Amino acid sequence: MSKTKDISVEEIRSWLDGVMDPEIPVLSLNDLGVITGIEIQESGKVKVNMTPTFSGCPAMDYMKRDVEETLQKNGIDDFDVHLSFETQWNSNMISDKGRAALKKFGLAPPPKHNLIVDIDLLEHSKCPNCDSTNTEMKTPFGPALCRSLHFCHNCNQAFEQFKPL
Amino acid sequence: MNTEALKDLLYKMADDQLILGHRNSEWTGFGPLLEEDIAFSSMAQDKVGQSWQIYKLLHELGESEPDMVAFMRNADQFHNCQLVELPNGEYDFSLIRHFLFDMAEQIRFTHLASSSYEPLALLAKKIKGEIKYHTMHAKIWMKQLGSATEESVSRLQNSLEEAMPYALGIFEPSKFEAELIKENIFCGEAVIKEEWTEQITAILKETSLKMPDINSVQPIYGGRYGQHTDNLQPLLDEMSEVFNLDPTADW
Repeated sequence: MSKTKDISVEEIRSWLDGVMDPEIPVLSLNDLGVITGIEIQESGKVKVNMTPTFSGCPAMDYMKRDVEETLQKNGIDDFDVHLSFETQWNSNMISDKGRAALKKFGLAPPPKHNLIVDIDLLEHSKCPNCDSTNTEMKTPFGPALCRSLHFCHNCNQAFEQFKPL
Repeated sequence: MNTEALKDLLYKMADDQLILGHRNSEWTGFGPLLEEDIAFSSMAQDKVGQSWQIYKLLHELGESEPDMVAFMRNADQFHNCQLVELPNGEYDFSLIRHFLFDMAEQIRFTHLASSSYEPLALLAKKIKGEIKYHTMHAKIWMKQLGSATEESVSRLQNSLEEAMPYALGIFEPSKFEAELIKENIFCGEAVIKEEWTEQITAILKETSLKMPDINSVQPIYGGRYGQHTDNLQPLLDEMSEVFNLDPTADW
């Protein structure tokens, strides 16, 4: 029997604070909001549910593997890490801590929305460097599926925005 | 649940995404501006990713693994509409195709988000959020280039007229329309086409472009039943080149 009997869901969650988004290394999977459920079953099996940010995001498989490795490293042998769309990710699920980390990283955090994303709100994104909204969107696509490209007319710097979804 | 009808619906959508995703990826390294190169590359990644998710739904219904389905079939086994397999042509044609196809797709996945087939409804909900960025991109360029110079307007207009018969082929009815509608799996192509016509017309009205009279355009059908132009097989050959050399290769 593995030592799962003695651990709690909170403990497992705290391990995942150390697992980072491979493309945004300041953002943990917990703060990104992709961990949608942790369950310790009666048999001792640990079940972790995850949901993709974007359906074509190539980082999801890496994240899943990183979660599996973290469980193993902590002595869990019986586990199932499952990716599904049942609980759907949206950018509001990024935590406040995650938002602060994104901003510090130089990536504008996604504006919170009421689940109906009006992407016009990208037109004047808040610059993560100087907080100005005198900005313009250059293109809704960037170096990763979750980022758009912007330019700030106040500090004359280009910046990226984590897209609202 | 009529599984045969459901599979037919999933195949045509997944094949559309895969083939247009591949065409979009052909702009990587060749886009007219860096931002446009990135845009078409990102849309390629989205579309191929979405096709993979739909092939996974098919796999759950007993079809082969996604990679096998994507790489091992011949042209006549693909159900994509012919619009998506046409070569990229010049940028005006790629933009027009992107606009016509993605507007239809947004309407399609919005409807499918309330499909009675739960796994499809969940995926559609996801995809419709992603597609918003594609249609946003398409609309920006229609509005900018569609009212810019004489050359940009005439290029887009010519491409619009060239693409329209193929675009109408997106809505080629399947032999299962009635079953899919009856079981609330899908609202049917006629509904999508009507909304699409309305939305496309409204956007073009804001430009110097003219919406062709679609009632006098003969739609080019056949894609949904495996009939394709000569452009598809070479695309498939190129796409599956690595897989055919080494099916276990990882990249």
